[in-house]
Amino acid sequence: MSGLGAAFSRLTPYNNSGGPGRWRYEVCKESVPFRGPQCKGAKPLANSDMADKDVLVDIFTRADLIMQSDIKFRQMIGAGQLQIVYYPVRGQEVVSSAMMAAVNKEDYLVTIYRGLHDQLAKGIPSKDLWAEFAGKMAGTCKGKGGPMHITHPETGVMVTTGIVGSGIPIANGLALASQLDKDGKVTVCCFGDGATNIGAFHEGLNMAQIWKLPVIFLCQNNLYSEHTPMAFATSSDSIKQRGEGLGMRSVQVNGNDASAMYAAAKEAVEYARAGHGPTLIEAMTFRFHGHLLGDTSHYIPKEEMEQAKKDDPMPVLRQQLLDLQVSESDIAAIEAKNAAIIEEASQFALDAPYPPGDEYRIDVLDVEIAA
Amino acid sequence: MSDTAEKPKEIMFAQACNMALAKAMADDPKVILMGEDIADEQGGGVFKVTLGLSERFGTDRVRSTPISEQAIVGAAVGSAMVGYKPVAEIMLMNFITVAMDQIVNHAAKLRFMSGGQTTVPLTIRTTTGAGTGLGGQHSDMLEAWLAHVPGLKVVAASNPADAYGLLYSSIMDPNPVIFIENTPGYFVKGPAPAPDHVVPLGKASVPREGTDITLIGYGSSISRCHGAADNLAKDGISCEIVDLRTIAPFDEETVLKSVAKTRAAVVVHEAVRNFGVGAEISSRIHEELFSELKAPVGRVGSGYAPVPFSPAIEKAWMFNQDDVEREVHKILG
Ligand SMILES: Cc1ncc(C[n+]2csc(CCOP(=O)(O)OP(=O)(O)O)c2C)c(N)n1
Repeated sequence: MSGLGAAFSRLTPYNNSGGPGRWRYEVCKESVPFRGPQCKGAKPLANSDMADKDVLVDIFTRADLIMQSDIKFRQMIGAGQLQIVYYPVRGQEVVSSAMMAAVNKEDYLVTIYRGLHDQLAKGIPSKDLWAEFAGKMAGTCKGKGGPMHITHPETGVMVTTGIVGSGIPIANGLALASQLDKDGKVTVCCFGDGATNIGAFHEGLNMAQIWKLPVIFLCQNNLYSEHTPMAFATSSDSIKQRGEGLGMRSVQVNGNDASAMYAAAKEAVEYARAGHGPTLIEAMTFRFHGHLLGDTSHYIPKEEMEQAKKDDPMPVLRQQLLDLQVSESDIAAIEAKNAAIIEEASQFALDAPYPPGDEYRIDVLDVEIAA
Repeated sequence: MSDTAEKPKEIMFAQACNMALAKAMADDPKVILMGEDIADEQGGGVFKVTLGLSERFGTDRVRSTPISEQAIVGAAVGSAMVGYKPVAEIMLMNFITVAMDQIVNHAAKLRFMSGGQTTVPLTIRTTTGAGTGLGGQHSDMLEAWLAHVPGLKVVAASNPADAYGLLYSSIMDPNPVIFIENTPGYFVKGPAPAPDHVVPLGKASVPREGTDITLIGYGSSISRCHGAADNLAKDGISCEIVDLRTIAPFDEETVLKSVAKTRAAVVVHEAVRNFGVGAEISSRIHEELFSELKAPVGRVGSGYAPVPFSPAIEKAWMFNQDDVEREVHKILG
């Protein structure tokens, strides 16, 4: 218990009901007036700080596509139409939409198993992505990668990995190539808070910093790694601190706030393109579902989940658009268009044929291998 | 060739690797090197294999790194995916354990998992080998681990000329290649290759022809196969030697052709015998040539123990020429 006690001593009780399941991370404590999990120092932006209207519409368009896709995936899996491993992204839409709105199509992305939001935000066409999730030949990777291994170089999505934290060193390699080629590209590398406890995170950030690589480490801090709350397994009070410890420009931001997230992303992109090197962005967010579809989130205090859902970033962003005089019908048109894209993509994924079995002989090496 | 002046110039194995790196870098500006202490300012590598290269090609292309094996291999994987031909040096093969995720989960699989959209033409150079008194954590031969992973090529040269030709081919190969050098063998000399000498990957050589039995090996085991063959010849036994050069994928055709002729074989390697490369090769020979064999294929490898420190135990643990000869006598009755 001493180990646990030490870990929890940095925590404050979420309410007075006591018990380890009833604690929330201190970093969220000061989050009073805010949407979603809070972070120290982050304040709601005044309207004047709001990203410009077109940018917010762009972010909303991406985020809504993600939200609707996530809902549809969960429906279809639930209905037995798709039998695939799926890591829900509901709640984290704004983080990646704002990040990807700040980069170009040619810029690189490295992401993880929970990557649907990143991949859609970066622009992989829904049909190709859905077909890959379903293991079909028409998928981005001919059905040989699947949900955890999405690659689509056309939109800069170079690696999706199922190994926690391992994309970080690879992102460095992509960024190194850009640095040597002077092609002006940046690499965005997404991962969770849990990944910062992996050795590759520390090795990777150190190398990126000493080589001043044009890479952005985007930690989407949803406060849980699988079933483990951040404070239980992470020695520092924030992920930002870890970046600072490695000498890296590091910022913490409310990732659920589109304007704040976009501003942080934009700054990091400009910093990298100017040759100054990497930035670690700790984007505070939350996931509204289990780690894996089917997980009931029993380890997340009910009140914490309820609060997070009350602070759902999607209706907030939608309201922001209305406040900026985007008409209800314009927004509805975006939503309808996204719905149609998803309808088409999901049907395509269901109808498309599987790859032939002996497809396994191709792409192992540069030549077809023997049976 | 009695005249000394006509004798081919001899070079050391380490020198051959250096020359191959220099040629590859000169031929292709996309070849870059990464590793601990490899630039000249840091000494040109602990075994001097990269000496002079940063001076010639600059530290952008010859990059000394922190002690970060995962980050080194990861940077090689990432840059390889977008047009570079990185050569990552892992100082000693045992440190590959630290980078296994990058090698096995990423370098080896990204081509496949992306449906061929991305490729990873990297080379990982590393060195290992017992006989140096470095003990358990600096001398392991781990090639069987790597050969077991689909998507990786594994290469080990047995002489300087082959090292030159194979390393160049490894760097230019569109697949991830693990190039294993032999630490005690770095200073062994052999005939110098011609500058344009290239050895294709996946092709074994037959450095000695014979009729009674085939000795199959690679890397450091080949010199001991030659020694054994010389001795066995005195007993009237004629050995053919097959030097695999590329361990994975191995040249099944050359191996089977030789064994079909001699109808007997021993696979020889320095790595621990259990679950080793010898098991795979011997099994393939049995599958294809069972009814023609004079006796089951023999295997010679090192003992089932970590590499010991004390020279006395290290010597006992490691396979040697006598073991090869004994195995041949056993097989040929
Ligand atoms: C190296 C490694 N260890 C363990 C796992 C199993 N695993 C998959 S996801 C996960 C939690 C990761 O949490 P985090 O990095 O916070 O990302 P999140 O899922 O919250 O986005 C774990 C432990 C893994 N995939 N890879």
